[in-house]
Amino acid sequence: MAKEKLFKGGEFLITDALPEEIFTPEDFTSEQKMIAQSAEEFGQGELDTRWEELGVLDPDLIKSLLKKAADLDFLGAEMPEIYGGAGLDKVSSSLITEHLSRGTSGFFVSYGVQTGIGSLPLVLFGSPEQKKKYLPKLASAEMIGAYALTEPQHGSDALGAETTAVLSEDGKYYVLNGQKQFISNAGFADLFITYAQVDGTQFTSFIVERQWEGVSVDAEEEKMGVHGSSTRAVIFKDVKVPVENVLGEVGRGHVVALNTLNIGRYKLGAGTVGGAKLLIAEAVKYAKGRIQFGKPICEFGLIKHKIAEMVIRTYVNESMVYRTARLLDLALEGIDPTSEEAGKKTGEALRKYALECSINKVFGSEMLDFVADECVQIMGGYGYIKGNPVETAYRDSRINRIWEGTNEINRLLIVDLLMRAGLKGELPLLDTIKKLTEELLTFRPSMETAEGVLEEERKMVSMAKKIALLSAGASVQKYMQKLAGEQEIVALIADMIIEIFAMESALLRALKKLQKEGEEKARIHVAATRAYINDAFPKVDLMARQVFAAISEGEELRTQLMGLRKLARYTPINAIALRREIAESIVPVARYHLTRI
Amino acid sequence: MNIVVCIKQVPDTETQIKIASDNKSIVTDDIKWVMNPYDEFGVEEALRLKEKFGGEVTVVGLGPKRVTESLRTALAMGADKAVLITDDALEGSDSLAVAKALAAAIKDLEYDLIFTGQRGVDDDMGVAGASLAELLGIPHVALAVKVEVAEDGKSVKVHRPVEGQTLVIESGLPVLITAQKGLNEPRYASLPGIMKAKKKPLDEKSLSDLGLDSAQFGQEGRKVKVLELTPPPERAAGKIVEGETPQEKAAELARLLHEEAKVI
Repeated sequence: MAKEKLFKGGEFLITDALPEEIFTPEDFTSEQKMIAQSAEEFGQGELDTRWEELGVLDPDLIKSLLKKAADLDFLGAEMPEIYGGAGLDKVSSSLITEHLSRGTSGFFVSYGVQTGIGSLPLVLFGSPEQKKKYLPKLASAEMIGAYALTEPQHGSDALGAETTAVLSEDGKYYVLNGQKQFISNAGFADLFITYAQVDGTQFTSFIVERQWEGVSVDAEEEKMGVHGSSTRAVIFKDVKVPVENVLGEVGRGHVVALNTLNIGRYKLGAGTVGGAKLLIAEAVKYAKGRIQFGKPICEFGLIKHKIAEMVIRTYVNESMVYRTARLLDLALEGIDPTSEEAGKKTGEALRKYALECSINKVFGSEMLDFVADECVQIMGGYGYIKGNPVETAYRDSRINRIWEGTNEINRLLIVDLLMRAGLKGELPLLDTIKKLTEELLTFRPSMETAEGVLEEERKMVSMAKKIALLSAGASVQKYMQKLAGEQEIVALIADMIIEIFAMESALLRALKKLQKEGEEKARIHVAATRAYINDAFPKVDLMARQVFAAISEGEELRTQLMGLRKLARYTPINAIALRREIAESIVPVARYHLTRI
Repeated sequence: MNIVVCIKQVPDTETQIKIASDNKSIVTDDIKWVMNPYDEFGVEEALRLKEKFGGEVTVVGLGPKRVTESLRTALAMGADKAVLITDDALEGSDSLAVAKALAAAIKDLEYDLIFTGQRGVDDDMGVAGASLAELLGIPHVALAVKVEVAEDGKSVKVHRPVEGQTLVIESGLPVLITAQKGLNEPRYASLPGIMKAKKKPLDEKSLSDLGLDSAQFGQEGRKVKVLELTPPPERAAGKIVEGETPQEKAAELARLLHEEAKVI
């Protein structure tokens, strides 16, 4: 296997990685490609052909398709082999998620829950008995899982849940009372991973079976999108949950909840890559066939721009997702999946990359929204009509910015995680910022353009990191522990961090391809990277200025902006030509063409 | 029951084909290569028969190293072992030469049945299967949509659609059958299947390993030569029939069909 480096969570912000130190989609092994192909064939054969049926809720159909996916081991891909899973690496399982996340909400929602938040808590925190009892049934689709965290009054503030759990006098079971809201799969789920307060304050996770007395579900919600999926409230009324079904420890439910969401977030990013690729194919096919003013609309500059931008953002997201997947795999290396501590160790190892996971979630969900929106726009009126898969995709995509932690919560989290890593000394953040501030006094930006393909971009990414670190440093200095209260500033810092991870993942991928396969084969990768960085870099600069303007004034502000100007120097490139080149390369093949499986 | 399935690797059917500058071949850069869909029916049928009668399924492919991927796919579906005939001298061989190489690789294997696709979706020649049967000296039944092996495993009934009817042909074993669409629904490779596939044997044979003379292969050895490849003509623009009333339009349409299209 390749020799990628195990970076720490968030380390990308202070270290410039080398191309060979990260994993890219060009590094997929033949086995990983075969897994991706099998998932894609399943998607084309079983899901795409049932696009209409899967667009309206049909539990029997969903269950039969989950069963078919289970027969190929797709549901247990990430579960340990001893519990009926395939024990696959994260790169492989992400490929499955990518290729099964198609425009059929009846499948991708259920599949996502079953393999993600509906089973991961057990994989990570279940006791050997709990795993033995439930995981094989989830892997085989004999049981359908659901994740019941949100309550009517507690969405983002999930840990403040009002559902109560009271230990019985004989100490054998807890009595659960409360209500959970917007629970995917609820209509036909057999198993709920849920949360309740023990003694009013001890947030605790429980495994609850649907068949137990007192468990009921409310009517189906009528949703904006994902109409093929089931979403209902779940009501617990004096439900007796045996103490063996406490998941993890009493009072440690937050650990279960946050770790689960963490992985769920990163998987969401893999799903958005799949969704975007399908939409790109739809858009290009349409644009080739739609004749206006005597020629196909794909020949017009503004349509080319849209197509290219869809491809660029998908490419960037894809680069981020598989870089993260490999990072997670490296972090998990050496953990014996059969040991009793495996789940706990896995959770600990993965938690260190919560920052990257949140970045993938935010970027992926906003990328897919953008792609779906532009796809509708390319199709014009036809894109707005029901029955066109693009119209469905537009509505379906919207949920991604809401579930698995809203993008707002994730932005706050990104900065919070970074600050914690700095305070705990896991990342030498303060030292780096201090050194940077000193350097800046004497720093003189080079007036020359760097020689070599992508060398200028490499410099820009490096500078963007300095800009973000300076903004973060100045904000912390100003607000200290109260920074979290300045949400607008925190979100600006988060957006800079997201852009840096995005730019760098694209850059390193293109550089790696360039080194391995040469300029001609890497042409479109390079073009996409350059176009993206050309746009994102000035955005980072602007965000930094907004931060400084909010926290400083007078002489101090002037000095800060002067320092910023030195770092933010760049010469714009002809991104219009690059986008035309990208669009013209994809039009003949009419599908996303930057990754080969 | 031991079964051999021959596999050809072809461009994915969605590939946009570009003709190379020699006007006799296609540009192969950036092509996604897949197992010939008709061969996939053969693999599936072989696996089903193996599940019923036991025995082994061997897949045999021919071509450059990339053909390994298609053979591994067949192994992931459940085939037991694979043979890849690969040799630079094979580049540009015609169907008869391919059949010769396949026959040389298969003749020493134990087999009761051989499946090939009824044709490759790339060149559409459709002769490799029949030639292979001839070279091996066994019967050949083409275009199977249903294969029924007798309970005693000694004979087979093959269904072939002919003009809305079904022709049922019975043959002793061994026999070579070419698979037609409708024979079955090929399975997807499962994750355990994919993981097992890399441990299954895959033998590589060169022409000399098979005792063949490389002069009979490649462009030089062709009996059938490609003179020229041309893209299909671009479709002419459609025509909207003008007219004030439906009657006028119908009359104009009839005139056009008669005078311009000359079909009525």
